Amino acid sequence: MIADLLTLALVLAGATFFLAGTVGLLRFGDPLSRLHALTKADSLGLGLIALGLMPQADSLWMALKLLLVWLLVVAGSTAAGQMLARFHLRREGAADE
Amino acid sequence: MNELLALALAFPLVLGALVVVLTTSTRAALFGFFAFGLFLALAWVALEAVDVALTEAAIGGGATGLLLLRLNARLHRKVSLGEPAGPRLRILAGLLAALVALALGGLLLALPEPAPSLAAAVVEPLPALGIGNPVTAVLIAYRALDTLLEIAVLLIAVVGIRVLGADRGWGGRPVPWPTAGPSPALVFLARLLVPAGLVFAIYLFWVGADAPGGKFQASTLVAALWLLAIMAGLAPAPRTGGGWTGIALAIGPLAFIAAGAVGLAATGSFLAWPEPVAKPMIVAVELALAASVVVALVVLVAGPPEPEAGR
Repeated sequence: MIADLLTLALVLAGATFFLAGTVGLLRFGDPLSRLHALTKADSLGLGLIALGLMPQADSLWMALKLLLVWLLVVAGSTAAGQMLARFHLRREGAADE
Repeated sequence: MNELLALALAFPLVLGALVVVLTTSTRAALFGFFAFGLFLALAWVALEAVDVALTEAAIGGGATGLLLLRLNARLHRKVSLGEPAGPRLRILAGLLAALVALALGGLLLALPEPAPSLAAAVVEPLPALGIGNPVTAVLIAYRALDTLLEIAVLLIAVVGIRVLGADRGWGGRPVPWPTAGPSPALVFLARLLVPAGLVFAIYLFWVGADAPGGKFQASTLVAALWLLAIMAGLAPAPRTGGGWTGIALAIGPLAFIAAGAVGLAATGSFLAWPEPVAKPMIVAVELALAASVVVALVVLVAGPPEPEAGR
């Protein structure tokens, strides 16, 4: 019962972060702000969802796998965010010259 | 399956397909294709066909999408997707598509309940192979010839890529991916993901005997990791005509044909697995095939060899 309530609260909170990140992606004016909204909110949102699903896992290993999935996705999306920002800055620099 | 879930998965699939068909920019069509592949893989998971889902995610969406993305980047100029079709052609195509969909739906509804199936007869002799996952067992036992021809098709594609290269580039490597120095974030990601991914690929390869997974999915993962290392400047792209690249490409089909010949000698039919040594033979052939698939995919995505700057 407590585990289910915990799951409900955490997954809802995670979904809220996803929603906020998506709104930011659609509404913010410049690419860096959009990227900021997307990567930060998604990493946190996915973390909360993974954390929320852990009480539902059958075993400790399953819960640890969820944690691992989150860590790998965070590493991937953070690196992708960095690369996109770098590309954007380089292109801006080329446009200014 | 839950109808609501089915609808939730079918809607983005149709949307993705529409984006691919209707957009006029090749890049937008590509991103639509990626999204389509992702949702198609999810749909396969929902249908409990995890093997197909893994293949779709790895090869259908992932590797094919990457291949198209690389092609798009190398075309250098904007490619027009042609004049949009006129209204008459559109209506005709729409009517034909609707007819096919209606016929398929009608056939699906007309199926007797329960649907006729040979599954029980097919699965019954499989334990002799020592493989617990029926999908893997069917691919290597009943459809061995198809699997052999699949690797042959990959090889022919590699030959095609090499033919496209300029004479001066022969023996060289494909164009390096990052034209400038790779981003430190990419180098970090490659250092982190390659070892973790290799462990997972070995697991995927081995678990294919008893659970969803197998050599194709594992090889695609290894190829993706290799490409990541190439992009980060941590590993070289395979050289055309280099000794070990050729050996790796040839070893898979050769091992498969050799195993087929052993089957012919032992049991009288090509690609039959002699029972006492079936499992070790299958593992050996799959390992050889995996090596070929990895190199073939990397060569396909990396592209034809180019003349090197310093030569």
